[in-house]
Amino acid sequence: MSLIESLPRIRRWRLPRPDGLVPWIVPLAIVLVWQAACVGGLVPARVLPAPTEVASAGWKLLLSGELLRNIWVSFWRAIVGFAIGGSIGFVFGLANGLSQLSNRLTDTTLQMVRNVPHLALIPLVILWFGIDESAKLFLVALGVFFPIYLNTLHGIRTVDPQLIEMGRIYGMSDGELFRRVIFPGALPSIFVGVRFALGIMWLTLIVAETIAASSGLGYMAMQAREFMQIDVVVLSILIYALLGKLADSTSRALERLTLSWHPAFQK
Amino acid sequence: MQEALRFLVPDAEPVDRTDFIERARRLRDAPEASSRRGLPLSIRSLHKSFGANQVLRGVDLQIPAGQFVAIVGRSGCGKSTLLRLIAGLETIDTGSIGFGEATRPADVRVMFQEPRLLPWARVLSNVEVGLGRDRASSDAQLRAEQALAEVGLDDKRGQWPAVLSGGQKQRVALARALVSHPRVLAFDEPLGALDALTRISMQRLLERVWHDQGFTAILVTHDVAEAVALADRVLVIEDGRIARDIEVDIARPRRRGSAALAALEGSILRDLLQSADETTEL
Repeated sequence: MSLIESLPRIRRWRLPRPDGLVPWIVPLAIVLVWQAACVGGLVPARVLPAPTEVASAGWKLLLSGELLRNIWVSFWRAIVGFAIGGSIGFVFGLANGLSQLSNRLTDTTLQMVRNVPHLALIPLVILWFGIDESAKLFLVALGVFFPIYLNTLHGIRTVDPQLIEMGRIYGMSDGELFRRVIFPGALPSIFVGVRFALGIMWLTLIVAETIAASSGLGYMAMQAREFMQIDVVVLSILIYALLGKLADSTSRALERLTLSWHPAFQK
Repeated sequence: MQEALRFLVPDAEPVDRTDFIERARRLRDAPEASSRRGLPLSIRSLHKSFGANQVLRGVDLQIPAGQFVAIVGRSGCGKSTLLRLIAGLETIDTGSIGFGEATRPADVRVMFQEPRLLPWARVLSNVEVGLGRDRASSDAQLRAEQALAEVGLDDKRGQWPAVLSGGQKQRVALARALVSHPRVLAFDEPLGALDALTRISMQRLLERVWHDQGFTAILVTHDVAEAVALADRVLVIEDGRIARDIEVDIARPRRRGSAALAALEGSILRDLLQSADETTEL
């Protein structure tokens, strides 16, 4: 008895921080090792600037307003592109999951388009839209479309048919059946799609901005390369990592909020 | 085995006798009580095939209002199909099913082997599903709470189904079936997935709500002991027809493991096994 009771105390003694900080131990350690390697002269500054230099470059860009402006531009493109592509993917996923006719009509076409790497369309997109906003939005929307489409479709297809039968016995109308049985049943799978799509969203956006843009984080990194500002290049890469983490945390929070019934989200 | 288990499950239900009588009185005095009698069923030369497989080959059956009928038979004999036809879950090939004055009432409810609860709805809203189109009415929540109390789960109304035990889930499913006061209630192996102790207390619960509410009950089961313990009448189905129709003339409340029940169970089992042997000899 005394042993079992003392177990939590031992853990608390070893980990005095709140649990929320645990995931940040590894990134922090990496930064520390990196700093030590730069200060110790193991890594020349031309190859990789020290974290402190990256931070000071970031501070300078922050003061000039350039950093926030570029982050905002990229963020806006990401959100709008995601909203457009995501909602189209969701609608097609619903339609093809619920209607056999719609599925037979469009699924083959969508599968063919899916297998074209959407970044291969960049030359075509530049010819169509120039380096306009719509070019980036188009690419992001296209990239985000497929994971959401596929996972929505899969989610709807795999809703327990016994629950649907139950709903029909209890006189649910089609709309009610969708709202109370099919959609909640498909939601876990839709969220898997959202998380995949968030990754693709950043990837697409950064590549598109690197190749064809006059603002945004990708553009900032490419400009910095032209002027050999390696600290700014590294800074942009770190910002991508943080933005990616932010997007993932947001979707996890949404998951926890809407899937609180799921055994995996219960504590 | 059943005899031994009897000592583990106290004879008195968690609800005591006075509570039982009080509830019965309340139900009898309820304004809708008079219309809440069961419906009689009249089934005439019912046939059903799935492809080349003839499952039901002419079933004729009269069930008086409020009777508790158990249907037993070996796997694949067509007993579940008969139940699904009664519930309107399959279409009839030929023949007819009549429910008293109506031919297709919305008053039939089904309870399945799986509870089929919506995992994303709290217990209380799962019960409200059973109200069908009355869900929007102002007393929906009250009725759902009453049904939950009926199965002894009023303290679980705010839980997710995932945290309930198998027996509790099945009781929520029963509350969902009862909440609309159905006039015919069909059970498709409702206790098949439960452990022996939970089964026995669920059987008592089924018997009690049937007694309280007076619906016509149709129970499909593998378990002959369960059939003779609960039903007024046991039908044995073989090769898509009713092979035996047995009145269970034993007074309620029945003592599980009593000699009369055991003798009847033995006779039905002997019949089923005998016909099984004949089939294997062929």
